[in-house]
Amino acid sequence: MTDTLLYGALSRREAPASETATPSKASASQTRTVRRLPVQKDWPSWAIIGTQVGILVAIIAFWEIGAQTGLIDAFFWSQPSAILNTLVIFFTEGEAWTDISYTFRSTIFGFVIGTVTGSLIGLSFWWSRNYAAVAQPYIICFESIPKLALAPLIILVFGLDLTSKVAIAAALTVVVSTLTTFAGVKALDRDSERLFYSLGATRWQVFSKLVVPFCMPWIISVLRVNIGLALTGAIVGEFIASQHGLGRAILYAGQTYDIALVWVAVLVLSTLAIVMYGAVSWLEGVLRKGTRQ
Amino acid sequence: MAVKVYLDQVGMAFPTPEGSFRALAPLSLGIESGRFVSLVGPSGCGKSTLFNIIAGLQYPTEGRVMIGGEDATGTIGRVGYMLQKDMLLPWRTVLDNVILGMEIQNVPKAEARERALPLLQRYGLGGFESLYPNSLSGGMRQRAALLRTLLFDTDVILLDEPFGALDAQTKQQMQEWLLQLWSDFGKTIVFVTHDVEEAIYLSDDVHVMGTRPGRIVETIAVPLPRPRDRAITLTPEFISIKQRCLELLRIHATPLEHAA
Repeated sequence: MTDTLLYGALSRREAPASETATPSKASASQTRTVRRLPVQKDWPSWAIIGTQVGILVAIIAFWEIGAQTGLIDAFFWSQPSAILNTLVIFFTEGEAWTDISYTFRSTIFGFVIGTVTGSLIGLSFWWSRNYAAVAQPYIICFESIPKLALAPLIILVFGLDLTSKVAIAAALTVVVSTLTTFAGVKALDRDSERLFYSLGATRWQVFSKLVVPFCMPWIISVLRVNIGLALTGAIVGEFIASQHGLGRAILYAGQTYDIALVWVAVLVLSTLAIVMYGAVSWLEGVLRKGTRQ
Repeated sequence: MAVKVYLDQVGMAFPTPEGSFRALAPLSLGIESGRFVSLVGPSGCGKSTLFNIIAGLQYPTEGRVMIGGEDATGTIGRVGYMLQKDMLLPWRTVLDNVILGMEIQNVPKAEARERALPLLQRYGLGGFESLYPNSLSGGMRQRAALLRTLLFDTDVILLDEPFGALDAQTKQQMQEWLLQLWSDFGKTIVFVTHDVEEAIYLSDDVHVMGTRPGRIVETIAVPLPRPRDRAITLTPEFISIKQRCLELLRIHATPLEHAA
């Protein structure tokens, strides 16, 4: 069995050799398919932007006309003109700024607390391998719990105020930061630690001059993920029980069938998310430059 | 000259499932102050183990390491050392990498920089001090790593194949540069390599090592005059020393390595 297989492999390996010996014969017997390299021509940027705006206008126009002609049920879907009216009212007479500020604050506090605590926990694992080994299953357990399922409990413990939203946002972000920072700690080269010790360094010097700067890229890399998670946490907290916030506005509007207000709150929320994401991306760029990574 | 580094019956054995594996036979070795000595040997002869023992990074299973008359077994910070990997910190400039040792010894940063700057200029890193390691060539990085070791200011410097990863031409330049540094600073240098020509060109003494167990099979003095020109590698004296070394390595290599 093995012999025949081996023989087969050998004879196959010989075949191309005989082909190369008589190349003219081989090429004559086959018709070669020649194709042009697919080349994509780039549109100028005004054409791209123009098309994008065009699609948006078309969707809105279709929606508005559909709602007015009865093709789309305006009770469930609302319509662009009504949404615009509600938007103006939301900002002029409603609680727009209170809600925005409430959601913004719970997100930012949760983001900062979760990221800083998580990074510190991750870094702390460098100090003792035994401590890291003991803690690891707990961290993984906490990671695998859907934290949002704990949200009602957190609301009960921390109350209806901002604190509970901050706590949910922090709970969502802390584990991501912990695990990512710990990955950085584990990637640390033993030889560079030895180099520091050979220069007579104390453990604190190794930690502050080597471990922390080495792990910075890991810490920074989760910032953008965390801002999104923190916002999710804050909104869910507001869904469950809150007196302010964009999440509460969405829930309240939905319950009172004020669909236009749902759209307005979602629109404002998306804008807030984009602004915060942009700010964190900028922060990330600054930090990366600072740590030369 | 006084003996700077003395290895007193230093040996190393590792426990393995098949019983104890002897990496290093108990060996004694004295290195005089200000000398440049090399350890050459095939892979697996324990030269890196010996290096780690002298540096205090590994504790020998028997014997003592004496440095400057004191028992230095298993203590770090007494000798400067450098590996093939330069381990420069990418978030620090060349200058700040070079002063790392002083910084750890709590010399104020400004003073450390002031002391390091003229050395960088003198030893071929002038103008590179504010660059980051990523933008340097392999040779330049090794220079920075070696200056970092020198500025830590220990009498003994251990170098474990520092030029192993460099191309032949850069390697030669670095060897000459190292000799310049050595004659300027008068340090005791222990140099680990598997490149026989490099060992002879640089050293006062070459300790040839054998395997199973790792041991020093012969010490060959290199009586060639200094400063040494590159052309010295073509003289009959040099070639006969080299032949002797290669012969020893061939005899004491394990059969497996013979076949390979």
